[in-house]
Amino acid sequence: MTAFIQYTLQGLSTGGFYALSALGLAVIFGVLGVVNFSHGACYMLGAVAATVLLDTLGLGFWAALPLVTLLMFVFGVLMERLLVRWLLKLDPLYNFLLTFGITLVLVDLVKRRYGVSSLPYQVPAGLEGRIDLGSLSLSRYQLFVSVFSVLVCLAVWMLLTKTRIGMIVRASTEDAERSRALGINVGRWVTPVFGFGIALAGLAGVLAAPFRAVNADMGSNFIIVLFAVVVIGGLGSILGAVVAGFLVGLVEAFGQAYADRFSQVLIFVLMALVVLIRPAGLFGKEEAA
Amino acid sequence: MSQQLTQKVDVELPAQSVIPRARPALRWLMLAVGLVVVLALPWFVYPPVAMDIAAWALFAISVDLLLGYTGLLSFGHAAFWGASAYSTGLIAIKLGMPFPVAVVGGAVVAMLLAIPTGYLAVRRTGIYFAMVTLAFAQMLYFLANMWGDVTGGENGLQGIPKAFFGVELVETDAFYFYYAAIPIILIGVFIAWRIVNSPFGRVLVAIRDNPARARALGYDVERYKIMVFVLSAGLAGLAGGVFSISHGFASLQELVWTTSGKVVLVTVLGGIGTLWGGPIGAAVVVLLEDRLASSGFNGIGIITGTIFIVIVLAFRHGIWGTARNGLTSWLNRRRIKTGQRL
Repeated sequence: MTAFIQYTLQGLSTGGFYALSALGLAVIFGVLGVVNFSHGACYMLGAVAATVLLDTLGLGFWAALPLVTLLMFVFGVLMERLLVRWLLKLDPLYNFLLTFGITLVLVDLVKRRYGVSSLPYQVPAGLEGRIDLGSLSLSRYQLFVSVFSVLVCLAVWMLLTKTRIGMIVRASTEDAERSRALGINVGRWVTPVFGFGIALAGLAGVLAAPFRAVNADMGSNFIIVLFAVVVIGGLGSILGAVVAGFLVGLVEAFGQAYADRFSQVLIFVLMALVVLIRPAGLFGKEEAA
Repeated sequence: MSQQLTQKVDVELPAQSVIPRARPALRWLMLAVGLVVVLALPWFVYPPVAMDIAAWALFAISVDLLLGYTGLLSFGHAAFWGASAYSTGLIAIKLGMPFPVAVVGGAVVAMLLAIPTGYLAVRRTGIYFAMVTLAFAQMLYFLANMWGDVTGGENGLQGIPKAFFGVELVETDAFYFYYAAIPIILIGVFIAWRIVNSPFGRVLVAIRDNPARARALGYDVERYKIMVFVLSAGLAGLAGGVFSISHGFASLQELVWTTSGKVVLVTVLGGIGTLWGGPIGAAVVVLLEDRLASSGFNGIGIITGTIFIVIVLAFRHGIWGTARNGLTSWLNRRRIKTGQRL
């Protein structure tokens, strides 16, 4: 029983992190209809930026968290303005391919500049060590990451459902034509939303820096797991991304405990089951044939 | 959503089937030139590199069968290329089969694997199809990594022989091996050509252009998609098998998603919806990577990624498509000038 609770805790804490990482992907798809392949690369850039800020300017974790997020927002805005924008009217496959090209460039640029070995990054002061609750044990930093992730997910959800901006963005997603007829400048929100999604990827990267190996390839396998998360949750569904994030975290934790090396495969088995039973994902809308 | 893509293709490409038929002579000439280039390639290019170009060309054609002719973007084709690379290698090593037999065996394994994958993947279209195929390829990658006793894990499968009925020249010299293996690639291309120019291929194009109408006409759209998916996997398998025999080893590199991405890059670069596009894209990418690698440049992705970004942004018909469009509009203008009937 203790082991069961232990794995559940472990799974929930990884799950929170997955939810946050997939959130940006879901937001960008929901509003722009773009599957951002470079999400993993942007996550990697966030983590690398955190280590570089520490090395060059001596800025620690707490300074890097807002600063990198802001930088990645600017990066996302530039990416949308310069590249993604031109393909928005075409089949979404083109932007998928475009962002794949961007991924190749970003990963190899970082590889050339910083090499392939992992860059070290310390767990911020005050969050080291583990918390012991009776026979249960959880890394203090892991706990922080999951609580922080849940708070960010909640904040994004509130922003989208309870504020005027959120309402406009949701209306534009739901029915761009009618929103325009009601006097909403739909195009105005496209760039900031894309930047916001990329900023979330960067934020996840900074959070990952202390507990994952920071190198140019850190986003390569991660993006595929995130794709599995959003396919399970239903593409474009924010709630779906969050729920599926936790689900995948749990599957991974229990997989590591009981199926060892099969844990990575289990995620895709879960995805296959979801596609088989509910092709549109847990919270997705059925697409028109 | 995929309708947008195809509508665009329809508007911008001068009707694909009309032009070649209007000039059968040109068509035969192109075919003859293509064959000469294929046969002369190892004289001008280092033979193992020439073999790589041929294998990647067939791999790209297999992807184009889905992307260009059926409107499905498979982002997990490395699964079939890689599965066949490993299976071909295992058949050649454990059973000591001559390599053509091993390659065919590998292709069969790839097709068997494609049946369940295709069955699941065709439930979704467009971008979802891409993501589901990608995830399955990644799953296979993890499985191959775990199943180290058979696949060699991180080290890959090494020492794959080029057994060829005891003909020593072929077995030891890459130059002669090219001529022994190229028929397999050409047969693959011929199969693709037969598929595209058959009633079955016409139905595929109809499904690409208007799935709802194809369904209304009584075609079982999902069944056709699974069939072309399996056929495409078989061609990718032939290519992957030849590749692993040529290199003498199969590694996890063959299964990783960057390989799936690279073949899509090759296909789009050459031009989708044309069987000539794949070979041209393969020649450009393989030669470029070979040059960059031999010059010691260690950021190949920066170059290929940038090329890809430019192609997707500005030349979506690829090299072959862009060249063909330019040529036909030039020919048309000239014929109008000289007063010929169009």
